[in-house]
Amino acid sequence: MEVRKISDVMWEVEKTGKMNVPVTIFASENLLEKIKQDDTINQAINMASLPGVLKNIVVCPDAHQGYGACIGGVSAFDTKTGVISPGEIGYDINCSVRLLKTNLKAEDIKGKEKEIVHSLFRSIPSGVGRGGKLKLDQKELDEVLINGAQWAIEKGYGNKEDWQHIEENGKLEGADPSAVSQRAKGRGMPQLGSLGAGNHFLDVLIVDEIFDENIAKTFGLEKDQVVIMIHCGSRGLGHQVASDYIKLMDEKYGHPEFDRDLVNAPINSELGQKYLGAMACAANFAFANKQLITHWVREDLKHYFPNLKAEVVYDVCHNIAKFEKFENKEVLIIRKGATRSFGPGRKEIPKDYREVGQPVLIPGSMGTPSYVLCGTKKAEKISWGSTAHGAGRVKSRTQANKDMTLENAKKDMEERGIFVESGGKKGLIEESPSSYKDIDEVIKVSDEAGIGKKVAKLKPILVVIG
Amino acid sequence: MPYRFLEHTADVKFRATGENLNEMFISAAEALNETIRGDIKILEQKEKTFEIKEKDVENLLYNFLEEFLFLLDAENFLVSKIKSIEIKDNELKCIVTGDSAENYKFTNDVKAITYSNMFVREENGKFKCQVVLDV
Repeated sequence: MEVRKISDVMWEVEKTGKMNVPVTIFASENLLEKIKQDDTINQAINMASLPGVLKNIVVCPDAHQGYGACIGGVSAFDTKTGVISPGEIGYDINCSVRLLKTNLKAEDIKGKEKEIVHSLFRSIPSGVGRGGKLKLDQKELDEVLINGAQWAIEKGYGNKEDWQHIEENGKLEGADPSAVSQRAKGRGMPQLGSLGAGNHFLDVLIVDEIFDENIAKTFGLEKDQVVIMIHCGSRGLGHQVASDYIKLMDEKYGHPEFDRDLVNAPINSELGQKYLGAMACAANFAFANKQLITHWVREDLKHYFPNLKAEVVYDVCHNIAKFEKFENKEVLIIRKGATRSFGPGRKEIPKDYREVGQPVLIPGSMGTPSYVLCGTKKAEKISWGSTAHGAGRVKSRTQANKDMTLENAKKDMEERGIFVESGGKKGLIEESPSSYKDIDEVIKVSDEAGIGKKVAKLKPILVVIG
Repeated sequence: MPYRFLEHTADVKFRATGENLNEMFISAAEALNETIRGDIKILEQKEKTFEIKEKDVENLLYNFLEEFLFLLDAENFLVSKIKSIEIKDNELKCIVTGDSAENYKFTNDVKAITYSNMFVREENGKFKCQVVLDV
């Protein structure tokens, strides 16, 4: 397969063989080399081969191999002829990132780092085997699945301004709790309000550099400000929804010869619609989950800072399917490990940001900077309104465990001036910065390609992982 | 070791073997359990029994492994050992021992079993499988 250069940050795999559309890759030469080392491009070619897929498959600069679809892959389907594949969205439905801005400055935290990181770790249920703080019954869980973050806010965990600053207002429409299996609900019920483990985290960061004063001001960000980032998903409930529908679709329709994980159903079929209803439930579970965590973060930090204000800047979805309009045509967009990046004017963007475009939140790996970008009109034209979602893994977990000891991982964080609290040693080793691509380069590509404009750089100081 | 981990950029991939299908299933469960909780020892305080019926052996393996995730998430049950397993004609009955998860400190969150690159093969009378876990 040939990868043709279009510009320094844009490449194309032309449509050949089984493909219905070409693949567009956003990467520097260096990132492209890394992308070529695993199965990413083959997986993008498989995505391009599904029925009803439109225009092009987009591969983001942080892309790496996943299962079925690559991570950092975006596709769009015709709503009449297209298919929906749970594997294309991924098991962690609506794995997503929220940013809170505070009225604190870097100096307010200084000297209290250890105490605060420990306190946050204790306040937010994180790892496996330690579920959430809430005990829900079946009826309440169904309300969570329908109303998402808005359910949590009605129950007193937050305020109206919170949900107004979440993608889809924290409530993805079309949720159908009857489409979610008892098994999925059973896994979800004890886990609402927990961070999870693996690459999920809670960071306290400092706004380190502003690249666009005007947009930063619109988002309420300024230099030296303390901000908080929360990364988590739909926990066991979402995982089980994906797994259930992969099995159901395989039974009914079989799977594509080229990859079993890309099993799919027509969007308009009964099963396709049921999956979308169940997926929306999982997405809402994730929105509610993050809303609860936000509330507990606020409560916890108020012990240290009684006048604390911590407002939601924005909350973006990473693994999701949504109906969106491009050039006046409604299509089904699927983002897996990618962030929506809508430019100015879109009605989906909160009113206070609509003139500049939506905030795009891109976390770095543990210990490296995170970024706030702004969506662009160009992204809507060339990348299905999408850009990167993180640094993107480059090293396997087995290799990370060979390369690094717990002591080295801890020392590395200390040298970076970062205070970490984790449930165990695995996360510290496997999520270390050396396992990831260079976030600065990922952001540079996004900015230069015009699919996400650089606004601010955030430097981590406290990290809580499961 | 009846199982070994292979390189995978983002997720966890393993191969498990056994002299017969039962042993291979046990090896695969051990690989999954090591991924979930590392090398900590789990006490045998309780027992759970489950049965699965599937159309083929790959789906049987998938659902068998998924049961461990379900027990952990929904019932807070962490498996120590497989006490017994019977497999016949894509039907399985299994008894596991283990303990409440809250008694242990561990972190690795396996999100799901996947069909990615999955196979179950019989070679020279022995059984071998490959599984990728989404972590």
